[in-house]
Amino acid sequence: MQYEITFAGFGGQGIMTAGKFLAQGAMNHGLEVAWVPSYGPEMRGGTAYCTVVISSKPVGSPVVKNPGIAVVMNRPSLDKFASQIKPDGILIINSSLIEATSEREDIFQVQVPCNKMSQEVLGIGRSANIAALGALLGVKEMIPKEEIEKVMETKFGKKPKILEDNLKIFRDAYELGKKQRKNA
Amino acid sequence: MAKILMKGSEAIGEAAIKAGCLSYFAYPITPQSEIAEYLAKRLPKIGGTFLQAESEIAASQMVFGAAGTGVRVMTTSSSPGISLMSEAMSYIAGAELPAVFVNIVRGGPGLGGILPSQGDYFQATKGAGHGNFRFLVLAPANVQEFVDYMIKAFPLAEKYRNPVMLVGDGLIAQMMEPVDFDNVASTPQGDVESWATTGCKDRETNLINSLFLDPLKLEKFNDKLADKYNRMRDEEVVYEEYAMDDDPDVVMVAYGTTSRVVKTAIDEFRKEDKLKVGLIRPITLFPFPMDVLRNLSAKSHVKAFGVVEMSIGQMLEDVKWATLERKPVEFFSRKGGIVPNPDETKDFIKNIFKKIGA
Amino acid sequence: MKTIFKRPDSMTDMVTHYCPGCTHGTAHRMVAEVVDEMGIRERTVGIAPVGCSVLLYKYMDTDMHQAAHGRAPAVATGVKRVKPGLIVYSYQGDGDLASIGTAEIIHAANRGEKITVVFINNAIYGMTGGQMAPTTMPNQKTTTSPYGRDVNDVGYPMRMCEMLQTLRTPSYIARASLHDPLHSVQAKQALKKAFAYQNENKCFSFVELLSICPTNWGIPPVKSMDWLVERMLPYYPLGVFKTPEDEE
Repeated sequence: MQYEITFAGFGGQGIMTAGKFLAQGAMNHGLEVAWVPSYGPEMRGGTAYCTVVISSKPVGSPVVKNPGIAVVMNRPSLDKFASQIKPDGILIINSSLIEATSEREDIFQVQVPCNKMSQEVLGIGRSANIAALGALLGVKEMIPKEEIEKVMETKFGKKPKILEDNLKIFRDAYELGKKQRKNA
Repeated sequence: MAKILMKGSEAIGEAAIKAGCLSYFAYPITPQSEIAEYLAKRLPKIGGTFLQAESEIAASQMVFGAAGTGVRVMTTSSSPGISLMSEAMSYIAGAELPAVFVNIVRGGPGLGGILPSQGDYFQATKGAGHGNFRFLVLAPANVQEFVDYMIKAFPLAEKYRNPVMLVGDGLIAQMMEPVDFDNVASTPQGDVESWATTGCKDRETNLINSLFLDPLKLEKFNDKLADKYNRMRDEEVVYEEYAMDDDPDVVMVAYGTTSRVVKTAIDEFRKEDKLKVGLIRPITLFPFPMDVLRNLSAKSHVKAFGVVEMSIGQMLEDVKWATLERKPVEFFSRKGGIVPNPDETKDFIKNIFKKIGA
Repeated sequence: MKTIFKRPDSMTDMVTHYCPGCTHGTAHRMVAEVVDEMGIRERTVGIAPVGCSVLLYKYMDTDMHQAAHGRAPAVATGVKRVKPGLIVYSYQGDGDLASIGTAEIIHAANRGEKITVVFINNAIYGMTGGQMAPTTMPNQKTTTSPYGRDVNDVGYPMRMCEMLQTLRTPSYIARASLHDPLHSVQAKQALKKAFAYQNENKCFSFVELLSICPTNWGIPPVKSMDWLVERMLPYYPLGVFKTPEDEE
């Protein structure tokens, strides 16, 4: 078993964090993981992305040409990564910022209003990445969603309100993703 | 403590501390400045020495000074910075001091780029600086292995009183992987009183020096170093065999990040094409696993070798020499910071089999 | 019998390789006397430079560390930072300190490394055979300024004390001269002060010693002393440029 997930968006959209939460959760679940970021000047303001590899055996190549799943949080990321997804793969699109979808018909596309879902709870879009992660798990529960919740408890544990809000965003998005998967 | 998810550069910093190295001098350079940032936070809290030098030249000379006193000391840098350190590296080897250098290699020459590369193989294994000397060079391929070899690097440097270099790349430094520090423990340091400059109380004076104006003495010293490097060749070669159990027709050779890509390519190729291909992964680049490749080159089942590197062909020369080119040595590389992907590596393997008519 | 003069304990009995009239011997002896008088021999590490005084490590009977050209302050930093209980000094010439090692000396001073630097300024490269140094005087002939140092071409001599004085970090910066016994006594006092500041863990300390190089100047020893007085003293004024107390 191996999953490769690319998260992409603007620097500052929590792209790296979303990937880290997933990698951490998968590691806690007893799987092998690698979290590989883009780095250097391209991080400043431009498109940032990271790839998470989750595997039942030691991770070989940390470099993934064609991920099975991509989560795109802004338009440039959709343009860049949609074409790279493996056939029968999954594309999660942040529909709050991206009106379009990919022309590809051989992948499963899910539109998630990530910023809106964050705004409804927090008043701001800061946790759009958590919404994306929730929707991703709803569409494809690579690891039990509780593993991600536990990671969030560790990270936000000292701020109960923030934890509560983020858990709500995560769970709502998870349900949304699950529903879309069922309807497909 | 269980596994923790850790960034390579931070794991390198923590591993140094676990290895008993509490002294670190460095100058920032991408893609490994996080090592300095990590140790800047950690070392002052545990009574260690952290100092950001004015240049890599100075940082490495501070390492020279500190190493002279017999403490465990290291510096880390990336290719252009390592070039600036080559002066101190030569002096440290010439003064026979233990010290650890980490090179998170980036694309070159010149300012090059900041992305992963293996273009410093020659520099690390053959030309770290002027004069007759070698580094013992370790090339871990993942974060946990980097931690494990950081721990081994210090006692190795002390065993030979010779610098040890670990080479990685931006991928290993920047990526996060699970790390287990549970089974990681430092080795006690031997006695340094006979040579270290700690003040001459109750003993003869000690001298850290690499100057020999008498050519006969310098020749003798060079011979002594040569003996040391031969001993490393006898005792320190480390490599991994992957998919070598069924006498494969093609033997791949790759190290570090590239070896991981090759492993994935081998797995997929074996599944799809039912042909036998294996991998020899050098973990010590110097001493190079010369004998194992030479022996393989004489085996009838081996029809060809395939080298994959992120360079224009540096380790390739050692593979050619090791195998005496008894069998064809094919080469595939990406450069400029591009890591080969498993698909193109698989195609390379396919082409080798085509060439040997399988 | 009462001993009134002897070799300092901190010096070996090696005969030095210096040319007749060279002031390195005087400077070496002064450093050794200070180390003796302060009773710090057993915790002193000297950093030898590259240049004429490269063999300092043979003449000093203390732990010694031979550095690369210009890097002595960085090596000294490394030693002192990991072993703060040691007394660490570097001994450097003008090519070493003011040319190839400019970055190292300025940053060691600016960090306030608790080390002592003995800077021998004889306005020329000695060991390599009399080439122009950053401290070579205007119009002074050397093998690489055969028509005299042209300040329009290569700039004016660098005054290291004055440069280091500008740094905000507290330090002891002094310039003395070895051209006659009286000034030599003052030079030793400056050295003693410098080592004392280090011993008190107070500050970076730096003593420049104006020196002569009869061989490469092409001037006999006694006349070299006159040349130093006439040519160097006006440009390199003696005195204490800075003390740690100045900044407090």
